[in-house]
Amino acid sequence: MTAVVAEHDDHHDHHDHGPEKGILRWIITTNHKDIGTMYLVFALIMFFVGGTMALIIRSELFEPGLQFVDPQFFNSMTTMHALVMVFGAVMPAFVGLANWMIPMMIGAPDMALPRMNNMSFWMLVAGVLLLAATLFMEGGAPAGGWTLYPPLVLQTGKALPFAIFSVHMLGISSIMGAINVIATIFNMRAPGMTLMKMPLFVWTWLITAFLLIAIMPVFAGAVTMLLTDRFFDTSFFNAAGGGDPVLYQHIFWFFGHPEVYVMILPTFGVASTIIPVFARKPLFGYASMVYATAAIAFLSFIVWAHHMFTVGLPIAGELYFMYATMLIAIPTGVKVFNWTATMWKGEMTFETPMLFSIAFVVLFTMGGFTGLMMSVAPADFQYHDTYFIVAHFHYTLVPASVFILMASGYYWLPKWTGNMYDERIGRLHFWLSAISVNILFFPQHFLGLAGMPRRIPDYAIQFADWNMVSSIGAFIYGFSQLLFVYIVIDTIRGGTGKATAEVWEDASKHGLEWTVPSPAPYHTFTTPPEIIPTEHV
Amino acid sequence: MKKTKQLLACLVLMTLGLGTAHADYTLNLMRGVTQLSNEVYDLHMLILWICVFIGIAVFGTMFYSIFHHRKSKGHKAAQFHENTTVEIIWTIIPTLILVAMAIPATKAVIDLDKVQDSDMTIKVTGKQWYWDYEYLDSGLHFESHLDLASEKAHRVSSIDPRSVPNYLLNVDKPLVVPVKTKIRFLFTAADVIHSWWVPDLGWKKDANPGFVNDAWTSVDKPGVYRGQCTELCGRDHGFMPIVVIAMEKEQYDAWVKAELEKQNALPDLSKQTRASLLLKGESVYLTNCVACHQIDGKGISGWYPGLSGSAKVTGDIHQLIGFVQAGTSKMPAFKKLPADQLAALMTYIRNAPELGNKVGDELQACHALSLDELEDIFPDIDNAPELCKENGEVKLDKVVAEKN
Repeated sequence: MTAVVAEHDDHHDHHDHGPEKGILRWIITTNHKDIGTMYLVFALIMFFVGGTMALIIRSELFEPGLQFVDPQFFNSMTTMHALVMVFGAVMPAFVGLANWMIPMMIGAPDMALPRMNNMSFWMLVAGVLLLAATLFMEGGAPAGGWTLYPPLVLQTGKALPFAIFSVHMLGISSIMGAINVIATIFNMRAPGMTLMKMPLFVWTWLITAFLLIAIMPVFAGAVTMLLTDRFFDTSFFNAAGGGDPVLYQHIFWFFGHPEVYVMILPTFGVASTIIPVFARKPLFGYASMVYATAAIAFLSFIVWAHHMFTVGLPIAGELYFMYATMLIAIPTGVKVFNWTATMWKGEMTFETPMLFSIAFVVLFTMGGFTGLMMSVAPADFQYHDTYFIVAHFHYTLVPASVFILMASGYYWLPKWTGNMYDERIGRLHFWLSAISVNILFFPQHFLGLAGMPRRIPDYAIQFADWNMVSSIGAFIYGFSQLLFVYIVIDTIRGGTGKATAEVWEDASKHGLEWTVPSPAPYHTFTTPPEIIPTEHV
Repeated sequence: MKKTKQLLACLVLMTLGLGTAHADYTLNLMRGVTQLSNEVYDLHMLILWICVFIGIAVFGTMFYSIFHHRKSKGHKAAQFHENTTVEIIWTIIPTLILVAMAIPATKAVIDLDKVQDSDMTIKVTGKQWYWDYEYLDSGLHFESHLDLASEKAHRVSSIDPRSVPNYLLNVDKPLVVPVKTKIRFLFTAADVIHSWWVPDLGWKKDANPGFVNDAWTSVDKPGVYRGQCTELCGRDHGFMPIVVIAMEKEQYDAWVKAELEKQNALPDLSKQTRASLLLKGESVYLTNCVACHQIDGKGISGWYPGLSGSAKVTGDIHQLIGFVQAGTSKMPAFKKLPADQLAALMTYIRNAPELGNKVGDELQACHALSLDELEDIFPDIDNAPELCKENGEVKLDKVVAEKN
């Protein structure tokens, strides 16, 4: 297979074409690789936008007292940081990976619905820009937390309807992306690529896509009720009119809990892809990984009220949601044991993708431990809404999802660009990130247990030391991510040399993407590859 | 790897260094002072140790593998995978551990729920941004705001928060409770959702507008216990702390008696100097008004109107009093503000240099009272202090005339 570069005039021929020239290539592209690239670049930009907001938060919290920002703006920052990171950075980054890798992993020429693919990307951009625009509106950006709890969120100024419409657009974009993933996986696998032969990244994305289709409409419904409560005199969440503010929380978390798994399930998939390659050993339990992912996805729908233990649930509710939540530890444990068993008696090398993946397993497990602690309802009565939970979910998002996104970048960059990245700078990036992320988030456990609530712009003196440590970690972490930008640009420009098709030793045993040349041609698998029965990835 | 170890050592030393320099922070949950908080603490420690134990086992295996099963040491990869026995074992053991955790956890959930048979009930209402406490048995009712020192320190950048005792964890009027008494709390909110948390009591509970939640406590030993609002409730969410003072039953009874007397006492109608009116006005302003109108009286553009130079503030004083007492859709009605506080506040907002207003008048407590209010206090107007009959109050002239 070779790259086919179209050499004909402006009239587009739909059978034999390379990329459009200039900016139009990106605006009207229906190529899964182009769209994947745009998703990834967009996510990286948003990662820095959201990161800047995080650094504003950590600057204000560097010392007790109010130094830099107004409390209302601080609240807008915590709210926008979360929304931008979740909907602008992590989710789009995984959609970008899905776009690039799923067709190549299952031997398909492109995504099943290429035009919708383009539309879902530009819808995402529009949605995020609309959200960002609320920062400049009268009354400021939403400041009620990313959960948008009423009645507080209804006190938002002019920004509220814009934020709500932005959520609608992001939801439509996600749903279109999810439909595309499902349609691609179900219809476009190469002959012989049975479901139980699919790479785990494909499996986890398939399950994630179903989660997205199930939950995004729920969130859209919840925010639409906010809209009508504010502007059309309904009382869904207003007790005076017969509603209940807690109803919103039930609806939100029915979306919200699966939503956080949307950000972690593809992470599991990538880790299960990378670890076997660098351990030079098949994944210990492929089937149990698939079943564990499905089990976690199922459980995610029946545990939502563990976010609401202190809201005044009836005792039966407390007990049920506690037991159900504890169960998540079992399939999650299966995954962690599986990764450990995969490394056991392997032949490990520690290139940057492997380093990030190992750090992911360790640090995600720490986030899992605190998650287990919080599943115990009476203990959660102490942990809830403190820095303990801030530490918990950042451990499951930053050194887990974000680390794996970085690992994916290093792992597939040679395939995407055709060049090798600079391993020394990659490792430097890893060690700076891995150390600083712990300086950043580990002390937050102490702060939470010592009694510091989350989402406060100023704090009592006894919290000063650990906040300062945490802020120092934040700045080291934030600035060391610039290394990644440097590496990406450097690799695109040539890096340390040309990459082979296989890139990593024996990688072609682990995935179809390593059987095509590097860089991957604009069109791959225009005729389906032959799937030779091999070990699972 | 050597470098990593050195870095780790540095970190540990840094941590220890901080530890010796400041002794007043904690790393772990506190035991607290109630049966429930002890139960929760034990549960927390149990799960923490289970996690530490599992962590050592899993990470130990992983790091053994990372150090020994590496290519650079010439280790050759084994090709084993899928082992049903192992997979069953690592599903069953966690399940058993979870069951072991669930048993004490269930007991604690049930204990936390035992709100019945309480000796007294306190209703807690969360408001933007202070707490309102009502002792349903004795009728005692007051508001609890952030204390003035913290209020000023976080609003004025020249004041070092470290110089303020219990910065952001102190209130003007703490909640006082008797020890060894089963207290039932009822929680609700007036505007948005708040959450009432004192770590030493062992739990937090959300205060939802329009609904009532309950929880209970019985404090074992006298002391001062501090906490904060833990549900984001708007711009001053970080500035509505909770202070609970637990005292022996006799002391508590005496306190209730004294507070009730104060609550039912007439407002101080004596003549005040301009300076003392301004001073008192400032504290009333800091307690009730500063959250929205700000310390410089400039308000917040797009949210809250400024008071500086406002025609409403510097115009007719009776209209202003009526406005403050009636409230608006955004501003609460300050109907219950006692006359002496109201008078001081009026004097302050019209004349405080900090707010940039200079009307040049002052208002005495008696003159802040309306005709009806005055008659409520002094059914026979002749008993009213001379000051109240003075010419400052137009309506009053009429009253005196009618009575005559």
